[in-house]
Amino acid sequence: MTAPSAAAAGAAAAGCAAPDQAAPLPASVDLEKETVITGVVRVDSGDAVAGAYVRLLDGSGEFTAEVVSSPDGLFRFFAAPGPWTVRALSRQGNGEAVVTAERGINEVPLVVGR
Amino acid sequence: MSRETALVTADWAEKNLGAAGVVFVEVDEDTTAYDAGHIAGAVKLDWKSDLQDPVRRDFVNKAQFEELLSSKGIGTDDIVVLYGGNNNWFAAYAYWYFKLYGHRDVKLLDGGRKKWELDNRQLVTEVPNRPRTSYTASEQDTSIRAFRDEVVAAIGGKNLVDVRSPDEYAGRLLAPAHLPQEQAQRAGHIPTAISVPWSKAANEDGTFRSDEELRELYGEAGLDGSKSTIAYCRIGERSSHTWFALHELLGHGDVKNYDGSWTEYGSLVGVPVVVGDEPGAAS
Repeated sequence: MTAPSAAAAGAAAAGCAAPDQAAPLPASVDLEKETVITGVVRVDSGDAVAGAYVRLLDGSGEFTAEVVSSPDGLFRFFAAPGPWTVRALSRQGNGEAVVTAERGINEVPLVVGR
Repeated sequence: MSRETALVTADWAEKNLGAAGVVFVEVDEDTTAYDAGHIAGAVKLDWKSDLQDPVRRDFVNKAQFEELLSSKGIGTDDIVVLYGGNNNWFAAYAYWYFKLYGHRDVKLLDGGRKKWELDNRQLVTEVPNRPRTSYTASEQDTSIRAFRDEVVAAIGGKNLVDVRSPDEYAGRLLAPAHLPQEQAQRAGHIPTAISVPWSKAANEDGTFRSDEELRELYGEAGLDGSKSTIAYCRIGERSSHTWFALHELLGHGDVKNYDGSWTEYGSLVGVPVVVGDEPGAAS
């Protein structure tokens, strides 16, 4: 086990607010232990959607977390292996995607529209 | 307290921008959102640097709170309208905190930043210049703040409401899923606590559910309205949201927020912890 970096320790000691979604994955995040669900929110034409409200719902559809997509449309969750739904609300419309996550990085494309 | 006095709609807010005696305050953990755009005339409060003591794990004291609000240009008799990101978690926390220090007229903007943004309402970057005031706070009203000993004593007696996600309650996750999971405290929940995730009290756009829906939610979850209630989460901001629903919207009498929450309880030596989806028994 590696010592947490100052940034990660700061995030843990601080609140529950979602961190900057554009920031690179902290070096202390151990991908053999963490299950990362990540992706980019896009509209049908492929353009990324910044400032979308992306929420992670568990296997029973219950809310687990919510982040705001980065200027490049990026979102990222730290979850656990199993079935999840990511759902986005934005001014460009809403959308959702289902993923069965495994340890490591799970990339999920998420398209929104009206 | 009731929905009419504690909560304002985005339409009400828009009509009252710039009104005398009304101060909009954005509260966030990460205040870069405010810097990129906020409701016109709103001042910002930083949940951490403004409201937490920089050294001890506790709130700023009465004198520090008075200085903070004076420097922000907030008057003792102003109507303070709070809003923020994260579904108003930190704004609800600030609401509870303002009540703790006796602010008379404080309101929460229903839906917070999210609804405001999704509605395409105006955000500005201009920072208001409010003249300094001489703010007077009251001593902390600890009838709405729970400390660890009374939480331990409440096991099997009072309503304990764990408002974290089901996976945090059961001990499968140690933090909300947008944060890394390596944490110091043990996983699980306080014995006899019922699980009512904060999110069930809110609609997808961040607004609160109706009083009728809220009554049904807490009734079905087994919350006994004749008993006192303590709400907790991980650090006390999501449970402020539930405290607001129970105390301010539904008018339950004795409701406390345990701001120490799981980061404190899950680190205590010798206290009982239950893992799994059931509340568990008082031992």
